[in-house]
Amino acid sequence: MSKSIPSQPILQVENLKIYFPIRRGFWGKQVGEVKAVDDISFAIEKGKTLGLVGESGCGKTTTGKGILRVYQPTSGRIYYKGTDIAEMSKAQIRPFRRQLQLIFQDPYGSLDPRQSVQAILTEAITTDRQRHSAAQIKARIEELLQAVELDLSMSDRYPHEMSGGQRQRVGIARALACDPELIVCDEPVSALDVSIQAQIINLLKKLQHSRGLTYLFVAHDLTVVYHIADVIAVMYLGKIVELMDAKDIYANPLHPYTKALLSAVPITDYAVERQRKRIILKGEVPSPINAPAGCPFHPRCRFATETCQQAMPKLTAVGGGHQVACHNLKQVTD
Amino acid sequence: MEQRRVLEVKNLKTSFFTPTGEVKAVDDVSYHLHEQEIIAIVGESGCGKSVTQMSVLQLIQSPPGKILGGQILFEGKNLLDYAPKSQEMRRIRGAGIAMIFQEPMTSLNPVYTIGEQLTEVIRTHTKCSRKDAWQIGVAALEAVGIPDAQERMRNYPFQMSGGMVQRVLTATAIACRSKIIIADEPTTALDVTTQAQVMELLLSLVEKYKTSIIVVTHNLGLVTRYSHRVYVMYAGKIIEAGATEDILMHPWHPYTRGLLECVPNLTEDKERELVPIQGAPPRLQNLPPGCAFKPRCTCVSGLCRDEFPTLRRIGPNEHWVACHLDAEVSQA
Ligand SMILES: Nc1ncnc2c1ncn2[C@@H]1O[C@H](COP(=O)(O)OP(=O)(O)O)[C@@H](O)[C@H]1O
Ligand SMILES: Nc1ncnc2c1ncn2[C@@H]1O[C@H](COP(=O)(O)OP(=O)(O)O)[C@@H](O)[C@H]1O
Ligand SMILES: [Mg+2]
Ligand SMILES: [Mg+2]
Repeated sequence: MSKSIPSQPILQVENLKIYFPIRRGFWGKQVGEVKAVDDISFAIEKGKTLGLVGESGCGKTTTGKGILRVYQPTSGRIYYKGTDIAEMSKAQIRPFRRQLQLIFQDPYGSLDPRQSVQAILTEAITTDRQRHSAAQIKARIEELLQAVELDLSMSDRYPHEMSGGQRQRVGIARALACDPELIVCDEPVSALDVSIQAQIINLLKKLQHSRGLTYLFVAHDLTVVYHIADVIAVMYLGKIVELMDAKDIYANPLHPYTKALLSAVPITDYAVERQRKRIILKGEVPSPINAPAGCPFHPRCRFATETCQQAMPKLTAVGGGHQVACHNLKQVTD
Repeated sequence: MEQRRVLEVKNLKTSFFTPTGEVKAVDDVSYHLHEQEIIAIVGESGCGKSVTQMSVLQLIQSPPGKILGGQILFEGKNLLDYAPKSQEMRRIRGAGIAMIFQEPMTSLNPVYTIGEQLTEVIRTHTKCSRKDAWQIGVAALEAVGIPDAQERMRNYPFQMSGGMVQRVLTATAIACRSKIIIADEPTTALDVTTQAQVMELLLSLVEKYKTSIIVVTHNLGLVTRYSHRVYVMYAGKIIEAGATEDILMHPWHPYTRGLLECVPNLTEDKERELVPIQGAPPRLQNLPPGCAFKPRCTCVSGLCRDEFPTLRRIGPNEHWVACHLDAEVSQA
């Protein structure tokens, strides 16, 4: 893609925190909190894709749902086209609802099994509370099915009568029905077979070009994110540890966690794969309920020093739009 | 590498007899496994990978399933000569061939501790005291890198993560001195860094205990990194087989090539358009004659419609393919 003129980001997230209370007992007394998203900042330009990668439980879904205001942020700002929507009331947020849409990992769980495709799409189309004639709705459904490359005969089908790939196309059509500007795609291909994954990824890219869509693309599969995203943010235990141009994730990963994640993903290029160095991490991701102090990665990091146990390193620019949160960058890159 | 075959499957056929007809899940499948070798069985879901492996251990639910024919040669015996519930099969399932499933939680009993289950299995396969079995169990947990093994023996499965349970099952195989481990999508439910841990663990068993491993997966990356040879399955049949290098560098069958072209790769230009395989795998019922891949194939000829292509050897190496395509077209 050609270098475009720098533009105002369509979405700018600043110091976002989303904590879930942990309650115990009959009275639901709060005994602690899960710091699911802990002080993250990033921006997405219009028409671009930000890929959010990390292992399960690191806070990807919570980030996506926080931006859509499905979850109430604990603190921080979410500027959508310059307006902070983080603390808006239900009524204030309503005009933005249709512009911000979500595509789920499991279209089966997110589609009402008792509704036909036609009913699902009609419902989405009419959320704008405008008057629509039956003919207008019919034409719109046809347009949407064409956009997601489903046969028009699909409109009478129910979710259980479709394949996983077809259901995901319906999920995409439902999101498009609202004429959104920004779509949070939460693991949209993770449950699909590889050949079907490619069909859906190509479709999402095509729709992005033809409709100028902006994506927050959440996934745990680094190769998929590399392919679809312009910018990648790597998350670990509620924090962004590295943020970079997608091309740099393979060419120039800096954070020890990013390197380990990258090394753990085998690649299908035989000659390269057989030469690659493998970094095998010890232990498992700690629970965010009692996340380690300092850098969340330090208990598993080969380079950890005393500083890492005490202070969370700041996400720091290292040039070329590349940001890393690590105290020991010098040692790590040597 | 010594080329002794520790397992040989010949012309295996398994079907499910459902109200709507016969589902030919495994249709004349042959493969073998050498000592200290890791082989991979790849293909999309529903193509018969799991049913093939379950047939080897006679774990097919019957009815509706039935092994219709073939031979499974292990330690000089044809396992199909034994009844599924026989003493011999039970012994083989633990001490001979161990299986690790995709959903590891379902392989453990939720109401017993890890230690109770481990010692139980160890004692059915080795004549030893409860105390000795416990020690063997602890050692096996330590061997698979589980910290505080003594403590962990007292845990229930739900108190462990998916990666941890996967390691417990591997420990069981070590404790029973299984010769072969069949790992069915062992890492699909796990996070990538945990996936890497589990795969490295399996790899270490090959070196340490001379174990041989069958990995069933749809992840071609895992295949590239860990397997010596690959069998590609489609619609209940093996359609290509060979050394990993040959399959990945010179795939022949349009399906194998399709599988490689539809996945993004970190080493290539990220703007390359992915080439999906059109459509979806067929249901394995009332398959029309000819090649099962033809509705999705980009290079169909007249032969493909009527005649099923049998596996034939191509090139000097052990590279086999079931496709009517001739060399010029395939390499174009
Ligand atoms: N509604 C909720 N209530 C309490 N804890 C939650 C809730 N949703 C998510 N969490 C916790 O927040 C953390 C991040 O979860 P999530 O955002 O779903 O991660 P990811 O999508 O990266 O797998 C996890 O520890 C999870 O258990
Ligand atoms: N109990 C069963 N009854 C009927 N059909 C079955 C049963 N188990 C598996 N099958 C069929 O056998 C075929 C192969 O399944 P499987 O071996 O699980 O595929 P894979 O492991 O490659 O995803 C599928 O078409 C599936 O529908
Ligand atoms: Mg999630
Ligand atoms: Mg399977």
